Amino acid sequence: MSAETRADAAVVGRGNKEGARLFREWFDELTRAAEAGRGGAYVFVMGSLGELLRTFDFPLVFPEINSLQTAVRRVAHEYLNEAEDFGYSPDICGYVKADVATQMRSGALPMGRIPKPALAVFTNACNTYIKWGEIWERMYDIPTFTLDVPGSRAAGAHAAPGDADFENDRRYVAAQIRELIPHLERISGVRFDIDRLREHIAHANSMNRDWKRVLDLNRSRPAPFNALSDGTIFLGVANAQRGSAAGAKYFAELVEEMAYKSDQGIGTLTDERYRLLFVGVPCYPIFRRFTEMFTELGGTFVNSTYLWFASGGSNTGFQCRLDDPLEGLAEGLLVSVRDAMDSMFFQTQPLLDMYRDYAADGVIYHPIKSCRTVSTGLADSRRALMKAGDIPSLFIESDMMDRRVVSEAQLKNRIDAFFEGLATRRSHSIIAES
Amino acid sequence: MTQARTFPEWEGKPIDEILYRCRELVEDPSFPTVSRWREAGGKVLGHFQVYFPEEIAHAAGLLPFKLRGAPIEPTQADSRFGSYLCSIVKTTLEVVLNGSTRVDMFVTHPICDAARNMAGVWGRNFEFPCEILYLPQNANSTHAPEYLRGEYERLQRRIEGVAGRAVTPADLRRSLDVYNQNRALIRKLYDIKREAPWQIPAEDAYALMAVGALIPREEHNELLRAALPLIAQSPARAQDRIRIVFEGGFCEQPPLDLIRTIGHSCYVVDDDFMIGLRWILEDVLLDGDPLARLAQAYLERSTYSPVQHDLRKPKEKMLLERIERSRARAAIVTAAKMCEPGLEEQVAYTHALDRANIPYFVSEFEENMTSYDHLGIQLETFVENLMFD
Repeated sequence: MSAETRADAAVVGRGNKEGARLFREWFDELTRAAEAGRGGAYVFVMGSLGELLRTFDFPLVFPEINSLQTAVRRVAHEYLNEAEDFGYSPDICGYVKADVATQMRSGALPMGRIPKPALAVFTNACNTYIKWGEIWERMYDIPTFTLDVPGSRAAGAHAAPGDADFENDRRYVAAQIRELIPHLERISGVRFDIDRLREHIAHANSMNRDWKRVLDLNRSRPAPFNALSDGTIFLGVANAQRGSAAGAKYFAELVEEMAYKSDQGIGTLTDERYRLLFVGVPCYPIFRRFTEMFTELGGTFVNSTYLWFASGGSNTGFQCRLDDPLEGLAEGLLVSVRDAMDSMFFQTQPLLDMYRDYAADGVIYHPIKSCRTVSTGLADSRRALMKAGDIPSLFIESDMMDRRVVSEAQLKNRIDAFFEGLATRRSHSIIAES
Repeated sequence: MTQARTFPEWEGKPIDEILYRCRELVEDPSFPTVSRWREAGGKVLGHFQVYFPEEIAHAAGLLPFKLRGAPIEPTQADSRFGSYLCSIVKTTLEVVLNGSTRVDMFVTHPICDAARNMAGVWGRNFEFPCEILYLPQNANSTHAPEYLRGEYERLQRRIEGVAGRAVTPADLRRSLDVYNQNRALIRKLYDIKREAPWQIPAEDAYALMAVGALIPREEHNELLRAALPLIAQSPARAQDRIRIVFEGGFCEQPPLDLIRTIGHSCYVVDDDFMIGLRWILEDVLLDGDPLARLAQAYLERSTYSPVQHDLRKPKEKMLLERIERSRARAAIVTAAKMCEPGLEEQVAYTHALDRANIPYFVSEFEENMTSYDHLGIQLETFVENLMFD
């Protein structure tokens, strides 16, 4: 084995393997917590406050991740049916319904078991978070805490630090964090230690910086990772391990892997023919097949809005100040969660920038029935993108949870036709240049 | 301030004619009152459901216009949205896209996942300012009133930019006073609904209230001052109908015909139709800083809806209180089709009603539905079961 091959073997694919391991370990911990009767902190991916909650030793439970796992493992329909039998409409968020059924099953999931909630902390980045929290309030009579993070008021209207409007928002977020801490002390029985918080914020800073670097490295041609399939594994770690030393180490090594692949010209596809952007939420009920419909035709997802908003805005690489961790956390949440919301609601310019920076060949819009936060404006966003430039795009609808609204054959027809269009376009371009 | 008379049709008319004119106006998707205001040189701030601090726009001389969809086909708006959405989000855009009405500024709120997308969608389609008003979603934070006061100040600056004039505290106090009067008059209308519901049909009470979202509040106050005494004098007599509370009309509005259908067998003694118009329950204090007073009233002296999370106001408890206060015997628990907050709340409401042993009727509606026969039969069966129970 040559030195180069040995290096390849040690580095290439490490992110996926380690990601899967960390994920399994995290879930094993949750199962142990459930079996020991410990309560978990229920949180969401956009503004999890993992840095703060780790300071109080809470096991972190991400119901969104649990729910999507039921879809990936092809049992979501069982959970959805149970929640619908309980009274929930087929027309509401599938994640919510899978979680309701999970609670009715005492936390049982294909990957293990989750603890009951000791409390729930959620931002307003998605309104359904708040309605979801109300369900747990009613089920368990537990304390819930809404961390209200005001988003951008209009496209391009980004108030910056120092600006009166930004400061009004920042003071509000900071005050809420200060109000939350005594509740966390009471529920956990652990005294607040600002140095522990500083340490966890430092890990989250490191993770943010490296997540941005990983995303940037996918500008390489060929792209070192697929933003849809590999990216979802990275996202899982980014959320579950936010603020932990293990998470920071993982992302430092991921940068190393992606930089290596980039330097060596190792792509996620051996024959990368089309570089694509993904807008929306993946089709988890047929996750592998959905990705293959693109990769089989030489399409690689080089970036996605999903990797932005579902990381809670970590893609900004924002570095929270450490000299005043509470103020730093407030500012970091405001900037990051706001960015996450912007990439769902005001995405036209960021998408145009992404298209240029990643030398993309097309944009795939995938609105889903279950998630209005992400999907409501996508048709209009596509119109705006097409108006702004000659950008090929595909608009396909399905769902992230509910296989009843996923038509694989129909999706494949549309995707195949889109690739035919890309090929024709490329031929015309070659002819025009020759 | 523009003093255009936008709705003179009711003046000097008997009560039946007044109510007919109100119904006609509420159902008119061309929004003639808004057109009249604009023709007189006035500017219009269109705001989406549920609650908006109209006093700020009013103080700047704008017509605050509650955009809440219309019973029309969203022919153009359909291409701007995904498939699985409530109707109101689409038709609200449609009425401006198709030129039925025009506004000079649009404000939406993060009431639900669909509505918060509207600032982005509208901003891409129109040149006028389109934005989100971030009403606090942590109503229980001690800092929420101060934050909201700051947010109102930001909004005021934006409105001043559109109006082309500054708003003084005195302007705001005058507007608070007008709106206090309006809220008091609407409370009187609801007193009638509760105490003597036979004196005004449910759809007429709805129309009389809902026109307030389409005309200057001074005009609405005049209308209510004229109409309420006439309604109170109605010779109508009580009939054998079930007293019910209607829940689910906080955002998308049911058609008048649906309310009429309910009224055939029930007295709607309380409801959450257009709850934003009645969000603040008491007079806003006129002393001190008007923006702070308005913010305080939103948070501290307000009702409830599925789109506000406030630990002090568990919604099923609030519904049970509404039922008890209005001495209703049953509830109609509805949700607009595809309305996620409404559909989610239905589960909590029905479970709470089960526990309280209060009969209820569950349904969904859409603003542009046209067939009520099936609903009417189901309702009659529900009512008969109650009557002969």
